[in-house]
Amino acid sequence: MQDGGEWEHFPHGSDIGVRGYGHRLEEAFQGAATALTAIVADPQRVQPLKKVEISCGAPNIEVLFNDWLNALIFEMDTRRMLFSKFSVEIQEGHLTATAWGEGVDVQRHHPVVDLKGATFTELKVEEHKGRWLAQCVIDV
Amino acid sequence: MDLALIEKKSDYLWEIPPTASMHVPARIYASEDLIRAMDGKVYEQLVHVASLPGIVGAAYAMPDAHWGYGFPIGGVAAFDAAAGGVISAGGVGFDISCGVRLLKTGLHKDELLPHKEKFADLLFASIPAGVGSQSALRLSGAQMDAMLRGGARWAVDQGYGLKDDLERIEDHGCIAGAVPEEVSAKARERQRPEMGTLGSGNHYLEVQEISEIYDAPTATLWGLTPGEIVISIHCGSRGLGHQIGSEYLRLMVLEAEKYHIPLPDRELACAPVHSQIGQSYLGALRAASNCALANRQILTHFTRGAFQKLFSRRDLPLLFDVSHNTCKEEEHRIDGEVKNLFVHRKGATRAFGPGHPALPEIYQSSGQPVIIGGSMATGSFVLVGTKEGEGLSWSSACHGAGRAMSRTQSGQTWDGRSLMQELAARGILIRATSSQGVAEEAPGAYKDVTRVAEASDKAGLARKVVRLTPHICVKG
Repeated sequence: MQDGGEWEHFPHGSDIGVRGYGHRLEEAFQGAATALTAIVADPQRVQPLKKVEISCGAPNIEVLFNDWLNALIFEMDTRRMLFSKFSVEIQEGHLTATAWGEGVDVQRHHPVVDLKGATFTELKVEEHKGRWLAQCVIDV
Repeated sequence: MDLALIEKKSDYLWEIPPTASMHVPARIYASEDLIRAMDGKVYEQLVHVASLPGIVGAAYAMPDAHWGYGFPIGGVAAFDAAAGGVISAGGVGFDISCGVRLLKTGLHKDELLPHKEKFADLLFASIPAGVGSQSALRLSGAQMDAMLRGGARWAVDQGYGLKDDLERIEDHGCIAGAVPEEVSAKARERQRPEMGTLGSGNHYLEVQEISEIYDAPTATLWGLTPGEIVISIHCGSRGLGHQIGSEYLRLMVLEAEKYHIPLPDRELACAPVHSQIGQSYLGALRAASNCALANRQILTHFTRGAFQKLFSRRDLPLLFDVSHNTCKEEEHRIDGEVKNLFVHRKGATRAFGPGHPALPEIYQSSGQPVIIGGSMATGSFVLVGTKEGEGLSWSSACHGAGRAMSRTQSGQTWDGRSLMQELAARGILIRATSSQGVAEEAPGAYKDVTRVAEASDKAGLARKVVRLTPHICVKG
């Protein structure tokens, strides 16, 4: 499944929280990734023109979520890109994903702020009644 | 914060007595108003910090303290490595050695006013700022190593600034003990296009006027005169520091169990100073600190270039450069005995008083300048370190106004364009790449810096010297 997922931001004293939801764990990860882009720019203005492959592994699912967001931040920072579509697969603590996006265009995207890193604050990955939630605070 | 939870020791000192888990008390320096407005999370985070292994003295919160990551922002804690003390990646934060420097222009505000719009445009064109911005500078692997070892000293050797700048930077512009080999390939890659960039968020370059003098002898000694224009630059170690912060936080979270360190909050992640991870982080942290010092030095060079284009000279001497996200190895006296401590300052400024051996000759008689950044409209302060600060907070003071409102709320409350127009009408020119970014950094989203500086002064942490009011603000 490839999509931007269901997402929202939540407030933090000085920074901003990202939260993704989904019926599958992967969808929640995808939603949180869209929320990450939405800190910087409107994801709907970001065209999925170029794809980037991402892979990471961690000893538990929450650290894996943190790794996923930090991998995206690294790609955004070094490629000067924004992403709007994601496809995530998770198996036995290992994540493989494709993120689609385009280069930052200041005139069109009006980027607000750089992302420093995904934190362990309010970090939560959990399932409740068949619905997954993945969230943490992003330092900007 | 709930006043019932803390004991009032004086008008500007409040204490959380040690509970079962705390090795030391926690102390908050603030007025009653600031305490009442302080986030309750500061209490919780101070209790956690006071419970970390090897902490000495107390866990301190500065008057601008607010909810941070593990440690409160505006938090200070010192650890004795010989007693199992720890070093914490969360206690330093993601923007390693973020700090502020202040340049004197020798220009009176009346000389600036006719050129203000043009100077704002020139600065905005000269300082790479905002998301995705890059400078023309690209370092090879060997040059990156030299920069990570040399800091501002390296930058000056490359032609970015003057030898005289170096004695006006903490640690003379170069943190000893940096180990570039501990800096990952990813951190280097993030930094490659970002040397000499300002960044975004709360980072800024501001042209300010010395609008009020509180301590005339010190202001005179430092050459600060009423109506003079100064320039402040606030930024840090950019992508390299952020990547190091993320990598070591993860590593310390996963390894905490190995060192039997209970973590009530994963952001407190830490390792014994003498452990392999502790030593590795120290080497990387010091390298990242040098990156921040080099970055501010390069931005200073760009600023001098812009100034020269308009005013036909580039002699903008540095008053001082302070870092406020650090962990430094310092000598402090405990119960009459001098000890080597690892002092974490997360959103707090070192504030050495007169006579401190680490200070350059020019600040020996006065103590070091402590630069406190405010918001875009309310102004900033320069304070001076005190002798008594040593016994109060390991010679530390506040670093800024501190946020009073989240970015989310601030972005929804203000409209960036209207705000810029409103500020322009008040004579404050904003040059920013993002109007939404301006809304998120709205002056109303911050605490009143005047009360924060006042509390630092009254508590004895650092004494007010001058107030600065903004004319031009360049934001990312």
